[in-house]
Amino acid sequence: MSDNSGKVFGIAVTFCAMFLFWLLLSGYIITPEGKLDVIHVGAGIICSAIVALISHDLLVTGKEEKILSKSFRFFIYLGWELWQIILANFDVTYRVLHPKMPIDPLIIEFETPLRSDFALVTLANSITLTPGTITINVDPAKGKFLVHAIAQAPADALTVDKTMQNKVAKVFMEEG
Amino acid sequence: MVELIVVIVTILLAAGVFFMLSGAIGLLRLPDFYTRLHATGKCDTLGEVLIIFGLLLYHIFVYSPGAELSVQLVPVKLLFLICFIFLANPTATHAIMKAAYNTGLKPWKKGDPRM
Repeated sequence: MSDNSGKVFGIAVTFCAMFLFWLLLSGYIITPEGKLDVIHVGAGIICSAIVALISHDLLVTGKEEKILSKSFRFFIYLGWELWQIILANFDVTYRVLHPKMPIDPLIIEFETPLRSDFALVTLANSITLTPGTITINVDPAKGKFLVHAIAQAPADALTVDKTMQNKVAKVFMEEG
Repeated sequence: MVELIVVIVTILLAAGVFFMLSGAIGLLRLPDFYTRLHATGKCDTLGEVLIIFGLLLYHIFVYSPGAELSVQLVPVKLLFLICFIFLANPTATHAIMKAAYNTGLKPWKKGDPRM
């Protein structure tokens, strides 16, 4: 794809996304008489065109490859992640409401082969949302994670089992 | 049908309130800054999302039928809200945690007195 057509593609995608956003958030598409609401929809077209022209390089960077299969695998991963979040909440609730509070906090460090920004952000947020662990720091150059764990068991899940790292690596097809 | 939806919505709201409550109890009971963030960071996310999802179902099935289009689109806004909470809540938790770690706050170890 040449540079110019990539730019046009970026502007078109940004415009469509912004205009869809406008329609959904405003809701003024059809007037009470049943006609097209020209003023509000027209304002939406003008605004999304301006935004698309100025900031098309933010949404479509042009660096992503195989974006469809990646986002498909990402949605499957989200389902698994949602289940983990529910488990995480029961875990925290159990530790908080238990009379003796079974906690033994520790800080762990591990390295991952992940490098791309989106993969690192996904893994960092997933660690924060899953049972008993919160990301403290990420070093993007080495893929190094500093994680605070509330007990030994959730820490082992990250350093020994590496289930989550492997799942994220699979989604973005970076070797894990 | 409407009665069934109302029952489901009530269960969702009650579950959301339960998780928010256990987050608050955790904030009071846990011994130090880092462990308190475990309670608030996780419980608030699911609690808020469950409450908003309950409101969304109520809006679709009970409140909005027959209303004008701009009212019927409110669930879309609630859906966006859920997405943003899932993005922003762990990020904010992580940012607070990182700030505390960089200022040199020592994490609590088992056997230490409460901070």
